[in-house]
Amino acid sequence: MALLEVSNLDVRFALRQGEVKALRDVSFTLDRGERLGIVGESGAGKSVAAFTILNLIARPGYIAGGSIRFDDRELTTMKPRQLQQIRGNKISMIFQDPMMTLNPVLTIGEQMVECLKAHRRIRTRAAREIALNKLRQVHIPSPEKRLDQYPHELSGGMRQRIIIAIALLLDPDIIVADEPTTALDVTIQAEIMSLLLELCEKHNVALVLITHDLGVVSQVTQRTLVMYAGRVIEQGPTREIINDAQHPYTQGLINALPQMATPGSRLNQIPGAMPTLAKIPPGCAFHPRCSFAFNDDGSPRRDCREVIPGFVRSGNCDVACHMVRDLVENDSDARDPVEIQEAP
Amino acid sequence: MTQVKARSAPQAASAQAGDTLVEIRNLEKHFPLSGDFLEQLRFKGGKLVRRQEFVHAINGVDIDVRRGESLCVVGESGCGKSTVARMVMGLLRPSGGEIRYDGERIDHLSPRQLLPYRRRMQMIFQNPYASLNPRMTIQQTLEEPLRFHHPDWKTPQIRDKVAEVMDSVGIDPEWGRRFGHEFSGGQRQRIAIARALAVDPEFIVADEPISALDVSIQAQVLNLLMDAQETHHLTYLFITHDLAVVEHFGTRVVVMYLGRVCEVAETRTLFSTPRHPYTQALLSAIPRLEDDRPDYIRLSGEVPTPVNLPSGCVFHGRCPHANERCRREVPELIAAEGTRVACHGVEEGRL
Repeated sequence: MALLEVSNLDVRFALRQGEVKALRDVSFTLDRGERLGIVGESGAGKSVAAFTILNLIARPGYIAGGSIRFDDRELTTMKPRQLQQIRGNKISMIFQDPMMTLNPVLTIGEQMVECLKAHRRIRTRAAREIALNKLRQVHIPSPEKRLDQYPHELSGGMRQRIIIAIALLLDPDIIVADEPTTALDVTIQAEIMSLLLELCEKHNVALVLITHDLGVVSQVTQRTLVMYAGRVIEQGPTREIINDAQHPYTQGLINALPQMATPGSRLNQIPGAMPTLAKIPPGCAFHPRCSFAFNDDGSPRRDCREVIPGFVRSGNCDVACHMVRDLVENDSDARDPVEIQEAP
Repeated sequence: MTQVKARSAPQAASAQAGDTLVEIRNLEKHFPLSGDFLEQLRFKGGKLVRRQEFVHAINGVDIDVRRGESLCVVGESGCGKSTVARMVMGLLRPSGGEIRYDGERIDHLSPRQLLPYRRRMQMIFQNPYASLNPRMTIQQTLEEPLRFHHPDWKTPQIRDKVAEVMDSVGIDPEWGRRFGHEFSGGQRQRIAIARALAVDPEFIVADEPISALDVSIQAQVLNLLMDAQETHHLTYLFITHDLAVVEHFGTRVVVMYLGRVCEVAETRTLFSTPRHPYTQALLSAIPRLEDDRPDYIRLSGEVPTPVNLPSGCVFHGRCPHANERCRREVPELIAAEGTRVACHGVEEGRL
């Protein structure tokens, strides 16, 4: 059984102009120790997905349907008090901006002790000892000194390390990291990512990594979820998605990277922009930008414009695309999942 | 392949002309930290002393921008790349050194004297949400630079020019009546590019123009910038921290660290054989799509503050190859196999 099981999740925001569907029919699972990447552009709903796992969606947002099961317990209907025992304890979160996450008027030590005391009956001295130990694990130089420093005395990379230490404080089963390195420089990003990877592997912690950077996903995660306009459009093993993306949007996203084009030549751009959640096109949300949403004679495909595509198995990936479904149905033994799994 | 050729053709022509459009020599910029005169006074040992502190943002930078090229300046935050861009544009006044544009010195000119140069050089800013005036329609935004720089032009002529520019960057003429907030980031950046192109500049400084945009939109804007370069014969000074973009877009690269230039090279040379230890670390840190685990060069420590600069080479505190001389002596940019590197180790042949 999976550690975390999200099924048919629907999240809406009730705004004055009407309801906005931020997440529609999102399902995924996460096993113990597994690293899952959620990729998408801004507005795709990836952060909402992350926040919903911890039930951090504030009004006017609400969960309109679906379920989130953690360790066989339903989180969506849980009372706040019960949820508190899971949030920060079993599932912890790392936010995007290390400048905003730490409390500026408390020392690092106070914040870490506070967090431990909120979840456990523990003496301050013992809590400080645990905090110190965690700071050592994230390779912070002179950790004793850091405990009594304030966040403003530390650099961005150092703060993000401390936040990782806080996330690990209660030995969680899952860490949800929402763009943890977006605000940092490349060299610091590389350090933080390798640290996160090392710690997750060492302590068998599952990781949900939200990012827009396909390079980061490719190096850290085992499985990837691609989101577009509030829906999951493709999911599967990261390597398979990076090397052989099936959904036209995923293909477009990867091909648009500067690394994929000859230096100096034009990049392969996807025309248009992602629709705002208030105005999602009917049918496949990607069809206005998709170059495959046409019949052989060049006329627009009706199903792409009218029918929301369901998932179809292609290789080891699940893809929500009418074009891919046709390919798979016409050529059912072209990509045999069993064969691929057994390949060395 | 034909596209590649088409893009490199004007560069070949400019290399023949062999001229430098912008010449930056020994540029320095210090920002005072200690406020005005009264705030600088302190009691120390019973005496009143005046103490001044500076952020040493730029410390002796030499850069040549050749006509027709896309020169990329890369570095981490705080290395001074944006400050260089702003000084070239005359938005900041240098504390020392010279900036020459087309052979004429421009760094000490008054705003009025700088006017004719402003028409020839334009800037595209990082944040398209902040760089468009929220109270102006797109039409007004695009007309403003024309009315300012061509006071003799009549309204129909300005309208024609705006229509032409809108067409060249792919803006729907319908957008003209709308305001900036009605557009997405990518569309706004398109408008900002149109505004820069409106006065037919020859030199464009782009300060992280695509950092705030999504991947699929980044590709659109980069393509637009490359198309504009071809049709308008532009020269770019492109500031970015994204090395993948540099590899694709730049013809030459300047790597900066803590207000100094570490390495200058042709893009291909820099990416195939980086010489400076900092460049090597920077390149190894790019997240790649390939499935091998990152084998990046771990730098010890962090970027020092630019208030108290390290002695000698600014990178020595984090450099795995630093020795006594690096701590003492500031390295000069020296030519080394097709690149110019400021590193004692490379000079001595131990790297």
